[in-house]
Amino acid sequence: MEWEIVIGLEVHVQLSTRSKIFSGASTAFGAQPNTQACAVDLALPGTLPVLNEQAVKDAVLFGLAINAEIDRSSVFERKNYFYPDLPKGYQTSQMDAPIVGPGVVEITLEDGSTRNIRVHHAHLEEDAGKSLHEDFHGMSGIDLNRAGTPLIEIVSEPDMRSAEEAVAYLRKLHSIVTYLGISDGDMSQGSMRCDANVSVRLKGEEEYGTRAETKNINSFRFVERAIKVEAQRQIDLLEDGGKVVQETRLYDSDKNETRSMRSKEEANDYRYFPCPDLLPVKIEEALIDQLRETMPELPDAKRERFESEYGLSGYDAGLLTTERAIADYFETVASSSGDAKLAANWVNGELSAALNRDGLAITGSPISAEQLGGLIQRIRDNTISGKIAKQVFEGLWNGEADSADSYIEAKGLKQVSDTGALAAMVDEIIAANPDQVEQYRAADDGKRKKLIGFFVGQIMKVSKGQANPGMVNKLLNEKLNG
Amino acid sequence: MPSYTVAEILRGLESGEFSSEELTQHYLDAIAARDGAINSFITVTPELALEQARRADALRAKGEAGALNGLPIAHKDIFCTEGVRTSCASKMLDNFVAPYNATVVEKLAASGVVCLGKTNLDEFAMGSSNETSYYGPVRNPWNNECVPGGSSGGSAAAVAAGLAPAATGTDTGGSIRQPAALCGLTGLKPSYGRVSRYGMIAFASSLDQGGPMTRTAEDAAILLQAMAGFDLRDSTSMDIPVPNYSATLGDSLQGKKIGIPKEYFSAGLDANIADAIHAALDEYKKLGAEIVEISLPRTELAVPCYYVLAPAEASTNLSRYDGVRYGYRCEDPKDLDDLYTRTREEGFGEEVKRRILVGTYALSAGFYDAYYRKAQQIRRLIRNDFVEAFKQVDLIAGPTTPNPAFKLGEKVSDPVTMYLEDIYTIAVNLAGLPAISIPAGFTGGKPIGLQLIGRDFDEAGLLNAAHQYQQVSDWHSQLAPGAAEGGQ
Amino acid sequence: MSLDQNDIAKLARLARIHITDDAVVDLQQRLGDILKMVDTMQAVDTQNIEPMANPYDAVQRLRADVVSEADQREAFQSIAPNTEDGLYLVPKVID
Repeated sequence: MEWEIVIGLEVHVQLSTRSKIFSGASTAFGAQPNTQACAVDLALPGTLPVLNEQAVKDAVLFGLAINAEIDRSSVFERKNYFYPDLPKGYQTSQMDAPIVGPGVVEITLEDGSTRNIRVHHAHLEEDAGKSLHEDFHGMSGIDLNRAGTPLIEIVSEPDMRSAEEAVAYLRKLHSIVTYLGISDGDMSQGSMRCDANVSVRLKGEEEYGTRAETKNINSFRFVERAIKVEAQRQIDLLEDGGKVVQETRLYDSDKNETRSMRSKEEANDYRYFPCPDLLPVKIEEALIDQLRETMPELPDAKRERFESEYGLSGYDAGLLTTERAIADYFETVASSSGDAKLAANWVNGELSAALNRDGLAITGSPISAEQLGGLIQRIRDNTISGKIAKQVFEGLWNGEADSADSYIEAKGLKQVSDTGALAAMVDEIIAANPDQVEQYRAADDGKRKKLIGFFVGQIMKVSKGQANPGMVNKLLNEKLNG
Repeated sequence: MPSYTVAEILRGLESGEFSSEELTQHYLDAIAARDGAINSFITVTPELALEQARRADALRAKGEAGALNGLPIAHKDIFCTEGVRTSCASKMLDNFVAPYNATVVEKLAASGVVCLGKTNLDEFAMGSSNETSYYGPVRNPWNNECVPGGSSGGSAAAVAAGLAPAATGTDTGGSIRQPAALCGLTGLKPSYGRVSRYGMIAFASSLDQGGPMTRTAEDAAILLQAMAGFDLRDSTSMDIPVPNYSATLGDSLQGKKIGIPKEYFSAGLDANIADAIHAALDEYKKLGAEIVEISLPRTELAVPCYYVLAPAEASTNLSRYDGVRYGYRCEDPKDLDDLYTRTREEGFGEEVKRRILVGTYALSAGFYDAYYRKAQQIRRLIRNDFVEAFKQVDLIAGPTTPNPAFKLGEKVSDPVTMYLEDIYTIAVNLAGLPAISIPAGFTGGKPIGLQLIGRDFDEAGLLNAAHQYQQVSDWHSQLAPGAAEGGQ
Repeated sequence: MSLDQNDIAKLARLARIHITDDAVVDLQQRLGDILKMVDTMQAVDTQNIEPMANPYDAVQRLRADVVSEADQREAFQSIAPNTEDGLYLVPKVID
């Protein structure tokens, strides 16, 4: 039997506003517990919500970015349920009239093909607080600093057919929201969280299977693993003659399994109704126009521009545009070095590897874009070879110098391009290796090309990599052939 | 002093006839001496009051007196008062010392009032008789066997008994006007959005509105002036200029059209009340107004509509009382569920629980359209009736209540009958309109209220019409038995 | 619409209010009365009537994105039933 996996994602994105969606408390991450929970956030009797303008603008920007309809009159509703991290006993959210209507996100798969994933809608809502489960004499501790942080919840249609597609979609959302600057997108701090609705059906079937919602997936890697493991669970169940139950499940990354959340299984009746403390949000055409004008270049457009303007491959351009910070970094390197292709190679190669190795984001790179540009300049003008450049890169990475030039100077890494000095080295190597010289001279043109590598290598060794490889080749050719 | 109106007190303070401290002490003494029988206060704040009074006197001496400088008033215990218990007459908030001031409290304080204390009410303002208070019922100063009305029963009784010259109230379905009627006072429910709801503990958010309870329309104008105005902290507060209410009190009513809804004089209205209202309308004719019969055809739908919307909103407004962050928490909860269910079982009274359950039902899956949505549609029809009527008339007049004050316990066992007591007042909240109840006679020694309903944000028109009637009648200046007695 | 005892139990559960068996019977009667009164609405034709949430059909005002609230944890937690290390304590939350 061949199964098809059907996936829809609900992605919560914390907006990076200064203050909360309905109160003037700070949203800064990492404060002492409950020091950023004001009277409104604590749901003190008599307190009332007032909507944050920036949260509305952020949601509209997102809508524009996915070519969605912006609902000119959206409504906040109360979603009623009791939970200790939900001070009012309801979450203020949107249901019937969300601010962002249907839109589309284009994803690019590894083979370079693209697919459109439809977004059903995106709505504004408030985040809940946190329950801390460390033991306080058998009790839980509640921190409400996060309560009231603005979120947009982006609900996709069940358009994804593999865990890889789901990850590509999530990465695309991540790049859109970070490009727009409406979220830091930091999954490790919960700025982006994902629930996956997964079902399976036999290939060719029209009807969707029963879906289960897997919650609490907090990294790109876990999204892929959680979906795979959940889909496999459903397939195993069905193949054994069982049935999938519609339920909420929790992904346990330690055990790499999903398990039923029985506590959430109680028949939920959220009793949504329009929040009487808030009025319908009207979005004026003028605001939409104004936001459209301030809209930054988005990943797809940037990728295309990188290909045409810099002559980069689709693959390189795609890598460089996944994050706005990377793209910005690259453009600075390209302009300060004067060589976009080398810049792309270095950013996608050496820099990316070093960032990964040290677990850093591009914004935390110890080498600035200008420094890397300076390094590439020295490769271009033959001051150093590619190999020495890697050494300079490490030096800069470790903070041993503040520019490529000063490092090269201090370490004396300047490439030897002095013909006299190089000629002496070439003579010395030819004299020391008579067997190889004989072999070379006896060979035909094709073999000679290979054999000359030996001599180049020897010269690089004695010059500690500083000999200009072009000139060495030229001199060797003259002397060996002559 | 107890018979003094706010206007007279402000003149007395201004002229130096008495100091705020003397005046405040007088009311504190009166409360101490006589509130035991009436139970109009939940919390009296003598130290705070005297401190505020002395500060007011000092400010006056420096020539920095605010508009209401030194005037003692009482706040309904639904307004948050920083550092003072704010109970909403519920066991749930019996230990809740508010950490902030309601906007109304803040504004009144800024104009110089002195807070005597917090008045009794129906628990969470849910009631029309002040019998659902955790702190026991309030008695009507005109007849101690009768209720003062509700939910602002404590405020009404306190002013009627001469324990405070004025008090704040809130009105969701008649909670200012009905007790004002039953206690012989002037009670104004402003247009929805005129007075900030910030810090006013929510019952039904789309209907709640704070307002003044006073002896006279002139006093109501003075109080409203200080209470009204746009508030950034309340999204439903309306940014509309506040006129000078006192300035137009003396305007003539010549040529004004007053509409009389025929539906307000149908079966169920006490005959003596009907007579008193007609007599009052005759006075309005003499004042130059034209009386026009109108129709508000959806009058009977107001009570059913209200008893869906108000409980529905209340059911979720009251979800925050969960024993976690403030207020009552049950003893030794064995788990989270026990914490919630027992805290709420023990902390809420019967009427509050009933309304939470009714509201939960109206919002629950499968019933939302038939109840909540339907009620919101009917709400629009009810407002449309008023909008139509106000094309023909400037004001609408009728009885505030179908019956005078009833006996304590008389209607407790039959909530629906009790709900119908609010038939004339409820539609006004649904429509968002301003309305005032003013004294218009007595039946069997119990006060009768005349209700005037105005156009959106035309509190000035209402106060003007009420004041003009009070120039040619003296019902408002009659005092409840005992109210004239001094504090000692 | 009348309510049976299961309905009452379900509502009480949603509202997180414990109700004793004795109280259920009384509630059934009283809520039944209220719903009967409320049901007079059902006879009204409300087709094409826009539900009214606010009398003036006003729209939401927006607040500038400014941090205006200072930390008042100490004051707020002085009125809390049970706190420790700045956290509100509740019986163990089980996911």
